[in-house]
Amino acid sequence: MLEIVNLHASIDNKVILNGINLKINLGEVHAIMGPNGSGKSTLSNVIAGHDGYDIISGDILFDGESVLDFSPEKRAHLGLFLSFQYPVEIPGITVSNFIRTALNEIRKAKGEEPLGASPMLKMMREKMGVLEMDKGFLSRSLNEGFSGGEKKRNEIFQMAMLEPKMAILDETDSGLDIDALRIVANGVNSLRSNRNTFIIITHYQRLLDYIVPDFVHVLFNGKIVKSGDKELAIELEKRGYDWIKKEQE
Amino acid sequence: MDQKRARMKDRLSAFYWLNETQFAQASSELITSQRRTAIEKFESQGFPTVREEEWKYTSLKKLTAPEYNFPSPFAPLEQDEQIDFNDIKQFLVNDIDCYRVVFINGRYSSWLSETTHTNYDICTLGSAWKKYPDVVESYFNKLTKDDGPLVQLNTGLAWEGLYVNIPKKTVVDKPIQVLYFSTGDTPVFNQTRSLIILSEGSSAEIIERHHSLTNHETWTNAVDELHVGSNAKIHWVKLQHDASNASLTQHSKIHQEKNSTAIVHTISTGGKFIRNNLDFSLIGRGAEARMFGLSLGSDRQLVDHHTRVDHIAPNCSSHESYKGIYDDFSRGVFNGKIYVHVDAQKTQAYQQNNNLILSEKAAVDTKPQLEIFADDVKCSHGCTIGQLDEDALFYLRARGIRIKEAKALLMLAFANDAIADIQHPSLRVKLSQLIGRKLGVDMSNSL
Repeated sequence: MLEIVNLHASIDNKVILNGINLKINLGEVHAIMGPNGSGKSTLSNVIAGHDGYDIISGDILFDGESVLDFSPEKRAHLGLFLSFQYPVEIPGITVSNFIRTALNEIRKAKGEEPLGASPMLKMMREKMGVLEMDKGFLSRSLNEGFSGGEKKRNEIFQMAMLEPKMAILDETDSGLDIDALRIVANGVNSLRSNRNTFIIITHYQRLLDYIVPDFVHVLFNGKIVKSGDKELAIELEKRGYDWIKKEQE
Repeated sequence: MDQKRARMKDRLSAFYWLNETQFAQASSELITSQRRTAIEKFESQGFPTVREEEWKYTSLKKLTAPEYNFPSPFAPLEQDEQIDFNDIKQFLVNDIDCYRVVFINGRYSSWLSETTHTNYDICTLGSAWKKYPDVVESYFNKLTKDDGPLVQLNTGLAWEGLYVNIPKKTVVDKPIQVLYFSTGDTPVFNQTRSLIILSEGSSAEIIERHHSLTNHETWTNAVDELHVGSNAKIHWVKLQHDASNASLTQHSKIHQEKNSTAIVHTISTGGKFIRNNLDFSLIGRGAEARMFGLSLGSDRQLVDHHTRVDHIAPNCSSHESYKGIYDDFSRGVFNGKIYVHVDAQKTQAYQQNNNLILSEKAAVDTKPQLEIFADDVKCSHGCTIGQLDEDALFYLRARGIRIKEAKALLMLAFANDAIADIQHPSLRVKLSQLIGRKLGVDMSNSL
């Protein structure tokens, strides 16, 4: 489904990704962990198509097709979703208008008819129920004045609405208290199926108690230096990242 | 010395003196003497130049170049000036039931209009000179005597425009739509003048539009005087969505008595050259002025807003929010003056001007100007000039929204609060669609 081949990327002539190799199949959940500055957010931005990075070499294949030349919107149309670490506040666009526009743009790209207001609203109510969100949310300005937890919940809500094939959750757990974490995790788990995949980027093992990954990778200096199963996350939680750093030196 | 400008001034002056007898015959002596004084002021001052502070950023040089026709208010419409309902249908707000007052090249068109004299007067200034001489004498030129040469020119030459007189405690039951059309086979320069009087406790809503129907250059020089009595309320929407060869200079003066409210929306999305002067005098305690502007510039358009609020009485408030989006080679000017006079304690004045620049060749000059002579006041102002937020754009695109739609959505979000206060949902939708069209996004699904 997603294959990253020897990916090197830089920003402002500084190399951040230093030969990433990763293969993800449908139905799998992969966690990517690593200390600050290891390149986790760069990786998710590069996969989503942010144009602030230079791809030096390597490739990103989505269903076997290279997406490096694709715009962010085209990647979204193929079924890619990035849950932002810092969702942007946009006054003047309501949550419902934003999601309706996004969903219908994706449907349009797939050659489907736009979804009408009433089925759209029904679907929104349903998904909001799972995430225990108040329906007043819909008429608020996108992320404006939202608490950290509300922003992250709003990201997961969008994911639930857009039903992507592959979702990258970039530090979705940061800024969440334990109750919000559980609700968000339940939301993600309810969407897990053998028709989609998740990449969960996190510093901590905590989220992985709720969303149990099939694979755990450690990113360090722009490279995946270790891969394992959920036990690796538990070990990292216990021992920190120092032993990984030492191993690399 | 700009010869074309001087020639235009001479032609206008000659036009007045040739027609003075007719002006005099059709109105009172007092009005005639005011006209003469005004035209003499214009003759001595001439058109403003960029050497004057008020016109520093906006040159009238190109505007005064064409050899305009000056239609006489006393002549019947010529063959090439005739228009019928089909020509103007698209400029009407059709889905709102309105009074309608239509002018063609500065002359009233009774067959395109729907006026009333039943409970109040909604008609034309051209008929009011003779019909209501007392009212006209008490209010005409009261707010404009000391204004600049373009206003004086208008006072000298203007004959037609909207006349509204609402008695005490009367609510006008539907909006008043006023449309000024320019047309004909030559460039044309029109003067329009409105006089609006709202007595104590009355209220009215006006939707105004200037539009050119010709391929030739047009320039409309408009002046408005609005007297808003105590506890009265006026809501005025100016829709400046004119053709690309049409220019407008408009001076609107609003005089507010105690506890009155005036709300003015200026939506400038079309036209070639727009200069708005919008002045409020808050002379009665507790008066409230609210003004909203939205300017969308493209090609070589110029949109210039000069606003002025005189806080004269205490406990008044003014709220001003102007937004501009400028693309291509377009230019914007914002100059917001707020004078808090010495007795105007407890004044609350808020002013904000925010601009987006979409092209390297577009430019905005913004200048807040606050002069405060009272000590117990709350005043704030701010202005910004920036580009579309790249992070926001990426966020939208990452959700599948194509770049063109994403940009338009962000611009619409930026622009939205400029029309949020418009009362009629259908007018708001129409405006938002108009803005959407200008920004290149289909708004039909989103409201």
